[in-house]
Amino acid sequence: MLVCAPLMAAASEAPPAPAISPPAAAAPPDDGQWTMPAKNYASTRYSELAEINEGNVKNLQIAFTFSTGVNKGQEAAPLVVGSTMYIVTPFPNIVYALDLSKPGAPMKWKYEPNPEPAAQGVACCDVVTRGAAFADGRIFFNTLDGHTIALDANSGQPIWNAHIGNINIGETITMAPLVVKGKVLVGNSGGEMGVRGWVKALDAGDGHVVWTAYGTGPDKDVLIGPDFKPHYDVDKGKDLGVTTWPPEAWKTGGGNMWGWISYDPDLNLIYHGTGNPGPWNPDLRPGDNKWTSGIFARDPDTGAAKWFYQWSPHDLHDYDGINEQILLDMDWQGKQRKVLVRPERNGYLYVLDRTTGEVLSAKPFGPVNSSKGVDLKTGRLIENPDKQTGTGKVVRDICPTASGLKDWQPSAFSPKTGLLYIPHNNLCMDEEGVEVNYIAGTPYVGMNVRMIPGPGGNRGAFTAWDIAAEKPAWSLKENFPVWSGAVVTAGDVVFYGTMEGWFKAVSAKTGDLLWQFKTSSGIIGQPITYRGPDGHQYVAILSGVGGWAGAIVSGDLDPRDATAALGFVNAMKDLKNATTAGGTLYVFRLP
Amino acid sequence: MRPAVVMLLLAGLALAACQREERDTRPQSALGSGEQPTPVTTLEPGGQRPSPSDNKAASFEANAFHLSEGKRLFGWFNCSGCHANGGGGMGPALMDEKWIYGSSMESIHATIRDGRPNGMPSFRDMIPDDQIWELAAFVRSLSGNAPSAAAPSRDDDMMAHPSENRMPNAATLGKSP
Ligand code: HEC
Repeated sequence: MLVCAPLMAAASEAPPAPAISPPAAAAPPDDGQWTMPAKNYASTRYSELAEINEGNVKNLQIAFTFSTGVNKGQEAAPLVVGSTMYIVTPFPNIVYALDLSKPGAPMKWKYEPNPEPAAQGVACCDVVTRGAAFADGRIFFNTLDGHTIALDANSGQPIWNAHIGNINIGETITMAPLVVKGKVLVGNSGGEMGVRGWVKALDAGDGHVVWTAYGTGPDKDVLIGPDFKPHYDVDKGKDLGVTTWPPEAWKTGGGNMWGWISYDPDLNLIYHGTGNPGPWNPDLRPGDNKWTSGIFARDPDTGAAKWFYQWSPHDLHDYDGINEQILLDMDWQGKQRKVLVRPERNGYLYVLDRTTGEVLSAKPFGPVNSSKGVDLKTGRLIENPDKQTGTGKVVRDICPTASGLKDWQPSAFSPKTGLLYIPHNNLCMDEEGVEVNYIAGTPYVGMNVRMIPGPGGNRGAFTAWDIAAEKPAWSLKENFPVWSGAVVTAGDVVFYGTMEGWFKAVSAKTGDLLWQFKTSSGIIGQPITYRGPDGHQYVAILSGVGGWAGAIVSGDLDPRDATAALGFVNAMKDLKNATTAGGTLYVFRLP
Repeated sequence: MRPAVVMLLLAGLALAACQREERDTRPQSALGSGEQPTPVTTLEPGGQRPSPSDNKAASFEANAFHLSEGKRLFGWFNCSGCHANGGGGMGPALMDEKWIYGSSMESIHATIRDGRPNGMPSFRDMIPDDQIWELAAFVRSLSGNAPSAAAPSRDDDMMAHPSENRMPNAATLGKSP
């Protein structure tokens, strides 16, 4: 077995009462259901259920399993509404409803959207989906070929189907939608194909597009108007989404939105990141490349931007800015603040004031040498000139990699411990910028990449971050990148999965391994926990390796090519010996 | 060319290598040939018939110039964006012994020209026919299916794998890498 030992023990005395908690309006009292992948609008992935706890979790056993019939990367979170569980598979994006009130959870219905097979060729990193969302009796989900579909949650009958993405320009949809105030929020993928990013709000009733906010281009396209008040001066000015690019380059400049959205009902603001600029080779796009690799706060009714902050201006390393943001209220240096916590791809754990976009803290949560910190006066990332990529030069040992210290895999926050549980990577890379032609519908990257394990040799880690103290409480090493999400419970148990296929429960306080179960394939999904119709607590996870990290297995790639899967294969050569493709739901309960 | 030089070359190289630099100085029109059917299965009810071959296949396959052009075009037309340097990514690996639609020059030519249903774009209107043959020849070299005397022997970029003229024939490696 591989190393999996806590690096640091938690403080010995009992922690004080929760000083950090999500705003009540964004994290209502737990009803035992799981209606959106992030659990609630604050994106805490915290469950108040405590039947399963540190003491008894070792007794967990299988309640039932279910084969999704699709052997591609299973990144989705199952949903539980009432006595029904909903799961959505990777391409061909089948939706299953399972009846939890009957033994063995038989299938209630299934819906096959039959997406265009050609979409598989333009999905950058396996044909994943990150899940569905439930609201007002409907299941909303996206298909790889660019449709958003609303189903009747009871019958599985389609209610509407909106075609909003075009695979012929390389556009796909992999994110899970978020439903806010009768609007279904959806963004596009395609940052590796020169696709211009957007977020759309579709009317939950009939699917028509209410607003579209682009990630690049003129202010009117980005929905920047009189309400836009960014905190930092560099983000002020007219049409920066055009002027911070070479002529016309913003049209093929990325800034996609394929990750997570949070919502603060009190402030009436949604928060979403923007993806990397395209192409990866930075020499082909001098300028700050707004509004890529940053974060927007917007009014959900109109899409109007309120503020913006750029994590990685003129991104040099494919540091997409689309990770999850956890909304919390806490005492920050003597003052009560409404904050937004973001473990970012570039390696920093950011704490932002979510009313203004001001950076309060940015500390690396793992090895970072591509930059030397964040200037808290200007908010600007301080690039390391030694790790600056460009045409015709090979830059070695850049940490973190293009996949980031942490990619999309969402973390979880417990108000009981004040800790953020972060599944992440520990990888470095060599990069060489090359010329690239823009051909619509084909990759627009311009970078040769070769990834290697990071310092220590463990390619993944699971870190509990003390938000108030701005440092890790403990960290577990994992052999492969931890590409699964996390969930934490009031029973002080944290669940996550490994790419070998272990589903693990560790102590939220100390990181001690309490229980583990070997599933049939590597885990890259999002665990959830819910109260079943019998009143008992269950834990569910989809097993099935894939995603960018697992593409070597799900896509049967050849490890002799160091640059396969945009260089990820080089760091994952042995994954084919550790696991095989799969697609199975596992649900656990106490005996 | 002086006869002495020719003799020296003949002595030093295998027969196939003699043609490594031979080529038409005036290539065919952009649209070119290659419209004959290329089956993607060996199952043929009523008995297997010899698969049709295109006379271009042979002339491009063993030719160093065409192979090196194919290598250049593989990056130029963003094949490398989806297939990396043969190991695959958005598209399947091209350096292994597994072929979905056939490994012959004709099959690969058809793949590039017409596309394939699960995400291989059709380059029919973008790449002239002769360049498609050059790409097909280069694709075969990735799995060691080109004479080593003709296959590209160097890489101008960051090393992804040994150069094509040193690639072992994937089909005879015995097992998948
Ligand atoms: C947008 C991504 C993309 C681009 C660009 C692309 N391919 Fe493909 N290619 C694919 C996919 C996906 C498949 C698998 C298709 C299928 O299974 O139906 C494929 C299949 C193939 C195959 C067939 C492999 C087999 O096992 O039979 C060959 C050969 C090939 N591509 C060569 C090329 C060449 C040469 C180029 C450049 C001219 C190219 N591809 C550009 C995505 C791409």
